[in-house]
Parts: sequence; C-alpha cells; structure tokens
Amino acid sequence: MDILRIATAGSVDDGKSTLIGRLLYETKSITKDKIQALEAASKRKGLDFVDLSLLTDGLIAEREQGITIDVAHIYFNTPNRKYIIADTPGHFEYTRNMVTGASNASVSIILIDARNGVSQQTKRHFYIASLLRMPHVIVAVNKMDLAEYSESRFNEICKEFKVTVGNAGFDGQSISFIPISSLFGENIVEKSSQMDWYDGDPLLSVLENLENRQHLVAASEIPARFPVQMVIRPKTEAFHDYRGYAGRISSGQFNVGDLIEALPGGQMSKIKSIEKYENKLNDAQAGDSVVISLEDDIDVSRGSMIAKVGQTPEQVKLLTARICWMDHIPLSAGKNYLIQHGINTVKAKINSIESVFEVEHFNEKETPDSIKLNEIGIINLRLASPIFVDKYEDLSSNGSFILIDPMTNNTSGLGFVTNF
Amino acid sequence: MEQELVKMQSKQNFKSNRSFPRQLEDEAIYIIREVAAQFEKPALLFSGGKDSITLVRLAQKAFYPGKIPFPLVHIDTGHNFPETIDFRDKLVEELGLELIIGHVEESIKEGKVKEESGKYASRNALQTVTLLDTIEAGKFDACIGGARRDEEKARAKERIFSVRDDFGQWDAKKQRPEMFDILNGKIELGENVRVFPISNWTELDVWNYIKEEEMEIPSIYYSHQRNVFKRDGMIWADSEFINKSDDEKAYEATVRFRTVGDMTCTAAVLSDADNIDTIIDEIIGAEISERGARIDDKRSEAAMEKRKQQGYF
Repeated sequence: MDILRIATAGSVDDGKSTLIGRLLYETKSITKDKIQALEAASKRKGLDFVDLSLLTDGLIAEREQGITIDVAHIYFNTPNRKYIIADTPGHFEYTRNMVTGASNASVSIILIDARNGVSQQTKRHFYIASLLRMPHVIVAVNKMDLAEYSESRFNEICKEFKVTVGNAGFDGQSISFIPISSLFGENIVEKSSQMDWYDGDPLLSVLENLENRQHLVAASEIPARFPVQMVIRPKTEAFHDYRGYAGRISSGQFNVGDLIEALPGGQMSKIKSIEKYENKLNDAQAGDSVVISLEDDIDVSRGSMIAKVGQTPEQVKLLTARICWMDHIPLSAGKNYLIQHGINTVKAKINSIESVFEVEHFNEKETPDSIKLNEIGIINLRLASPIFVDKYEDLSSNGSFILIDPMTNNTSGLGFVTNF
Repeated sequence: MEQELVKMQSKQNFKSNRSFPRQLEDEAIYIIREVAAQFEKPALLFSGGKDSITLVRLAQKAFYPGKIPFPLVHIDTGHNFPETIDFRDKLVEELGLELIIGHVEESIKEGKVKEESGKYASRNALQTVTLLDTIEAGKFDACIGGARRDEEKARAKERIFSVRDDFGQWDAKKQRPEMFDILNGKIELGENVRVFPISNWTELDVWNYIKEEEMEIPSIYYSHQRNVFKRDGMIWADSEFINKSDDEKAYEATVRFRTVGDMTCTAAVLSDADNIDTIIDEIIGAEISERGARIDDKRSEAAMEKRKQQGYF
C-alpha cells in the first residue's frame, strides 16, 4: 500500500480546517471522543458552532490567536492508500513552516475563498509549491455555497489564477481546479448535485488517482543514488568477515551485479548482495532502507555515495543555489555555515548573494547584501570538501540541502542546487 | 460557519486498510540509523508498550546482522502492570540488550518530587523528573521514543528530531524546520534530542505491523479477566496503587488495554478481542480514540503540551 503526502495551504478563513475535518469525518478517521472534545472546547471559547480548526491547531498559542503557526500532521486512510496531510500555516511570517510541511508532499491543495478570489497568499503558496517542484497542485475553490454555486464565478477564479500565478509553474506540473464546499461536503467525496456544470471528479477521487512523485518515472530510468549512513561490521562468529553498507536509496534502482562507483575516491566494484534484515533481495528502489555489500574491499564509509558507473553525480565544491531563509539572523555574504546535504555535513562559506526575492510582496530587492527571514535568494557557495549533488530540477531527491548556523546549530535555510 | 459538525453526514462507507505501508518501516530505519551515526550516546526509551516494542524491532532491523548499539531506558513508576515488566525483562534477555532503569521511587525518596495525594494520585507526571535525571546520569544525547503524531494534537506538531534544552524543555515556537529527510542533530553540550522514528504511524499502522511481523506483545493488550471499578465513565484496573472511595466497588470484567501506561493512568476497555485480528477489527470500529483511555490527558485541553514543555517525552 502506498502513501500520498499532501500539503494544505490557506488560512483558517479559507476553510482549510473545515476541509480537513471534512476529509477525516468522511473517511471515518475522527472518533467520537475527539468530536466531543471539539464541541466542549468550542463552547469554552464562547462559540455557537463547532470550530474544526481546534482539531488541528494543537498549540496553546495557536488556539489563543486562532491561527496556525506550525505544521500539524494529520492522517487518514482509504482502502486504497494512506494519506498524510501536512497542514501548514498561511501567514507569511510562518513561510518557513509552510516549506517544512510542503517539502515531503507530492500534492499541494491550495484553497481559495470563492468570494475573495486569488490572494497574495494564493500566489505565495503556489510559488512555494513550484519552488519545491511539487508535481501536483490542486486549486480548491471553497465556499461555493456562498457564491451560489456559480459556474461563472468558478471560471473567473480559474482564469484569474492562470493569469496571475500560472506562469510561476514548471513543465510537467499538473494543476487541477475543483469547486467545493467543505461545509456542506460538496465535491469532497461524491460529485456535487449543486454543481452539475462541473464535469471533473470530486476532491477525494482526484487524490485517489494521483501518481506519487517517485512513481511518475520508472525507477530504473532514474540515476541511482545510495548515500551510505553507516558501515555494519558485526564481528560475530556467524558474521565474522561481514561488511555491509547501510543506507536508504534516495533515487533509482540498484540490482545485484550492478557495476558501481563509490564517491569520493571513485573506486569501482560490483554489488554482491542487497539485504533488508534477513531477506536477500535481487533489487531495491528509491525509499528502501537496505544494506548493500560489495564484491571488493574498497574505501566506503559514512557520507560516501554509491552510484552506478556512468551515472555518477558531480563532486562539487563550488555551487549556486536558490535558498529559502528560515532564520531570524539574516544570511550575509562572507559568513560561514555548515551545509548538510542528505547525511553529509561539510563547512561552507557564502561567496556572494546574487539576488533576493521578497515573498511577501513578490519584489526583487536591489543590491542585496543579506537574505532575511522568509526571503528567497540566489547565492554562491564554496565548500571545504566536495559533496555529491545533482541539480534540483534534474533529480530533486539529491539536489537540496540545509544550511546550519554553527553558532546556534539552527537549521537556517533550505537550498536548491541550481548550478555548479 | 454554524453548527457545521451537527450537519455533517457521512456519505460513504469506508473500509479501512489492513495492510502495513512498508515505506513507514524504511523511513523509521533510516531515522534510527541517523541517530546511531550522529550522536555519541543514544538510548531507546522503553515503556513496555506496543510502540516502544515496535521501536525495538525496527532497531533490530536497522543494524542487522549487527546488534542494537544502544541501551534501553525504562522509567519505572513502581506502578507498572507486572505483565509489562515481565515482558520487558524477557525481551531484553532474548535480544541481549542493555537495560537501564530509572526509578520514580528513588526520586521521591530523594525529595525531588512529591507523591500526589487524593483519589487521582498518579506518578505519571512525576516520571518526567526521573527521566531527566536518568538522561543526565547516563549522559544520553539522543533518546528515541515511540510517540506518534496521531496520538494527540500537541504531538502532531512535533518534529522527528526534537531538540530539548538543558532543562529538557520543549519549545514549540523554536522548533527547527525539518525539510525532506535531512535531519539536523547538531546540539550543544547539555542539550539532547528526542527522536521519534514512528511519528508518521497511526495506531492502526502499529497494529498492522505487529500482525505482519508476528511480534509478541504484553498479555494485557489481549482480552482477559480482571478486577476493575468504574470512575468518571472509565474502567480502571483495581490495584493497591489507586485510592478508591467507598462507593467504588471492584468487580470482575472481561477487558483489555489499548494503551499501556502505568496502572494509575491507563483505563481498560471492555473487550473480547483475544487475538491480533480481533484487536484490529476493534481499532477500526472504535468510536473512542486511543488516548481517550488515558486519564493523564483528560486533565486539561493542553495537558500534553504542558507536560512536554516540562520535559515529558
């Protein structure tokens, strides 16, 4: 059974929590005691309706302010697959939390209030979904009940979306538009009788039929990458000479017998075995946590990368990246950071800042000397030792990294490799 | 928006899945290996419940054919179900693991915490102090725990690598962003990280996993006869650790436990489910959530978040 990871974006006012509550309710994923707790909490707040946002806004500060601050993870399932929703904040101050929630998702559901149409926030969410190269975007035009279930209003919003933000996307991205009413459950699980003019599927059917990111292309056609997390050497009687490399395949597929190269060093060998616990496998794909053994005793340790001969990634010490800044302390040229690429951490220096884009108002800043919280910029980096990367647009699973501030240990930024 | 929940009518009859999504296991193993690689002295927080038993299985798989390279740490409130303790000792022996036990009893004797009194007296909240002391004494820089995000709404906000300060506190507003599968385990001396490899599992996922892996679990998860009494609409196990009032009469019933904390904070459910399949049927049909039977969560809406701020895992 597979898992579909969804990021929802939109503010409480767009009916995001109601939509999630609706999905949980319709798939029987919310229990009686939780509904009772919601009713009691709503009453305590002096509301005369059941506030479904209380279900997802789990922090005291969130409930006080009535906004989502941090990502909440919500789970439901159908007979077909398991769903994980990363419910992310809409306010621009929490853009970093939105990126956190969205980074692992294959689908972004962007909510638009039918009465208000496309907002700054809509643009921001779509921009981030595209930055992360999310293959699927679903624009859910919500509160159709308050727009008389009007086809022309829906078409107007779709058009507005395509004109104002549509060009921020990328080739291969699918965007679908669905008119819904979360409050009344229209076009959520079943086709709405209120909107006969809509000839697409309801939201849940669309989700059920989406292909996952990793399944869009056959694994064997994607360059295979295996970052080594650790060397396993039991040195026990039964496994005296055993030496295996433990890790999780980040892309593509490996087969027993494949000719491989280990980076750094570039020594070559052949795959002797692929194991998952006590099972010996013939092949393994992206996402599998395995132990790989090689025919020859070559130099491989934590941080090494195993790739197939002829498909190796670049060994890079100078690179250009788009960076999404997440720290209150701004990024500045000349400063030193740690760069963590997958499981590999090396020292890095910011050589220069090329440009900065301000996500709040979509402005390009003139002559930037720093990148502030929630801004996105292009930077040039120099590393103390090479990392083994691909460009994010070519192979996203091996093309991103984080920057860690060595003074605070904070995860300060998320980078996408654009060039080297 | 008014009275929306009341109007909600489910339009479809959903069947739940009964197979375990294997990606969750791969993800958890990746996380556990990162802990072993990034930290000097990790430990696995073991309660004897199904979630921590699942963690032990995952750790076994992560390092196979090598051994689990860190100890289990158990905080013993002294009020545990004897079945849980027996199970713990058997598991540790079978797998040849190191077990470190922190006793709440000792924290009480040392005067670090005060035993609660009254009818709701429980050592559940006290164990945080013992936990923090045990972490400090063992110099553990990473503690693997079996918390899941679906359990409770404050937990739904938790990161996989959750940094705690010198005092073991969780600060929700200062959480590090966590992107893709990049796990930043950098900390200062004195700080430690709580790690939650099964964050993305639901209760049903855990049960489906236990079934597919044919894992053993403590007998109290299965239906059995027990002396119980009723309080606040819940069924409590009768034990010497709970102060019953005169009108609370114990009687025998067929029950099982859905979650295993200590005897003072875990309620039983009436159940005939005596094997893994009937338990899964029961979970799927349940109208009450798992932590609905946790008396410790009922104290207030923010009970869990407040305990986490203090260092509770």
